[in-house]
Amino acid sequence: MSYEIPKFPLGDIIEAGINFFTEHFSFVTQAISNFTESGYDGVVEFLTTLPPSVVVLVITAIAIYLGGLKLGLFIEVGLAFCYNLGLWFPTIQTLTLVIIATFVAVSLGLPLGVLGALSKVFYRIIMPVLDFMQTMPAFVYLIPAIPFFGLGVVSAMFSTVIFSMPPAIRLTILGIREVPVDLIEAADAFGSTRMQKLFKLQLPVATTTIMAGINQTIMLALSMVVIAAMIGAQGLGGVVWKAIQRLEPGLGFEGGVAVVILAMVLDRITQRIGEKTKTS
Amino acid sequence: MKIEAKNLIKIFGPNPDYALDMIKKGAGKTEVMEKTGHTVGIYDVSFGIEEGETVVVMGLSGSGKSTLIRCINRLIEPTSGEVTIEGENIMGHDQHELRELRRRKFGMVFQNFALFPHRSVLRNAAYGLEVQGVPKDEREEKARETLSMVGLEGWENQMPAQLSGGMQQRVGLARALAVDPDILLMDEAFSALDPLIRQDMQDELIKLQERVHKTILFITHDLDEALKIGDRIVLMNEGMVVQTGTAEEILTAPASDYVERFVEGVDKSRVLTAQAVMRRTRAVGFANDGPRTALHRMKEAGISALFVVKRDYTLIGVVSAEEADRETGKGKTLQDICRPVENMVGREEPLNNLIPVLAETSQPVPVVDEQDRLLGVIVKGSLLGGLAEAGGR
Repeated sequence: MSYEIPKFPLGDIIEAGINFFTEHFSFVTQAISNFTESGYDGVVEFLTTLPPSVVVLVITAIAIYLGGLKLGLFIEVGLAFCYNLGLWFPTIQTLTLVIIATFVAVSLGLPLGVLGALSKVFYRIIMPVLDFMQTMPAFVYLIPAIPFFGLGVVSAMFSTVIFSMPPAIRLTILGIREVPVDLIEAADAFGSTRMQKLFKLQLPVATTTIMAGINQTIMLALSMVVIAAMIGAQGLGGVVWKAIQRLEPGLGFEGGVAVVILAMVLDRITQRIGEKTKTS
Repeated sequence: MKIEAKNLIKIFGPNPDYALDMIKKGAGKTEVMEKTGHTVGIYDVSFGIEEGETVVVMGLSGSGKSTLIRCINRLIEPTSGEVTIEGENIMGHDQHELRELRRRKFGMVFQNFALFPHRSVLRNAAYGLEVQGVPKDEREEKARETLSMVGLEGWENQMPAQLSGGMQQRVGLARALAVDPDILLMDEAFSALDPLIRQDMQDELIKLQERVHKTILFITHDLDEALKIGDRIVLMNEGMVVQTGTAEEILTAPASDYVERFVEGVDKSRVLTAQAVMRRTRAVGFANDGPRTALHRMKEAGISALFVVKRDYTLIGVVSAEEADRETGKGKTLQDICRPVENMVGREEPLNNLIPVLAETSQPVPVVDEQDRLLGVIVKGSLLGGLAEAGGR
């Protein structure tokens, strides 16, 4: 074709950008990398030096406090099964990764969500960004993470945070926007400032929805942590990844079941936290 | 004037100034709607409320009454016009001044209660003080006080969702009263309640008002409620004021066909007062008159008993023809021989309260003013006549 349009160099642009970033900001990414990695290692080491029975009992106790005996029993049996499969160490690794990633994602996502709910301009900016983040295939996040943070757990965490943050932001925005107009009006009529309205009315009323968002974030983080095994996250994802490479369906299934158990434990516990905040 | 609204106009739409220009050039509501797509919420509304007065703004849905009450504390920004509170024009207030004004002067009660669902009854009632920065102990004590005033003692730690509608609105009322505002804005405050509870709340508001003497702006679509609560009523239709006046003025002298049709269905016995149906007394006996004079007056007026009054018409008793006849020639005055009156009524007494009084006696019932001065009498016939006349209008 004589009127061929040259290919738009999207890939080149992105690569140039990432190269520029790694070249000039490597000291920042290095610092983040070191800090995160030592934090992660510390937590994993702490949790694995404790006898597994103690960890299981503590989590069970939390579950009983939040959801009653039945939930506690279910969680106790589930975690004990993970131990029984010989997957205790990777389970702890994955749990730690999920918790840290969720913590980072929520502490970034919550303020962004509040901003999105209060500012129309910011809302218009962040909504397409969120759509982009959520529809982009998760694997793509893995690639730029490597030049920034190298192969390993920090890259995994970075892509996990990005992948799991959108629901925290979205549901925070939704929760705050859902606060009934007449309540807002009442708060205004009594002369509340913007901040008073936010902290005394909007955030407390939105808590249930925000907790649902955090729950979603945890679930997404867990699913990403498995994918991130491809760039060196260890844990249960690593077990599954190894099984794929060696074509060992039995090992892969064991790893998968452990992931499912962990998912259910985290899901039930965070759901109960959501309910608790609603009734109190 | 505590509150004064002058020529308030509120136009909803993307370009209200353009629509406002049209109005100022004399265009009507429908014309503006058709040509620009803007809705005129309220249109040239003016009225005033005196200190301690209860004014009810009354209109059907879409009449602009809810918009109006929100313009008073600028929850809705009027497109043009002026609101003055104690002579101070609040249209120029910035956000800070406005917030201070709302904190100091206004307490607001909402149709659907608008209680904060995550706060206990006590913390709901304390909200207004909380945003003012009043320390916890102090504000909770004040909230407790106010809650017991509205009859919610012992319910402080419940959550709003655990309360019935009537009780929820008591919390709403307590929340408004806790900040000790001069002005209560009540937006359809009782409209969401069951009829019986609504009447209780109305009675309670009237009783409360006798104690607290707030300036109240009350919005309702229920004419009976307006007539019961309001010292004065502002009747609205399609964003405009159609009549302002006391309940009796609106009922007896409707300003337009609209008002007349509106008030047709009202139970007038609740609104008409004793004074409206009484007859002027045709004859009285004075304290120093003798029995013979009394008999003469009775004969002249064709009645069988005579009310006895002092020179300034203060009622002191009643004397019948037989009693006067018996005491004639003994040198006594009417003051000596009259019996005290058992069932006199005040002039503001609603008619439906008179019915049981009249059922008990065959005698005419005297109507007196606040100083017990005789104004007139009501006999069964005049009551029925009054009701028939009012009902037939």
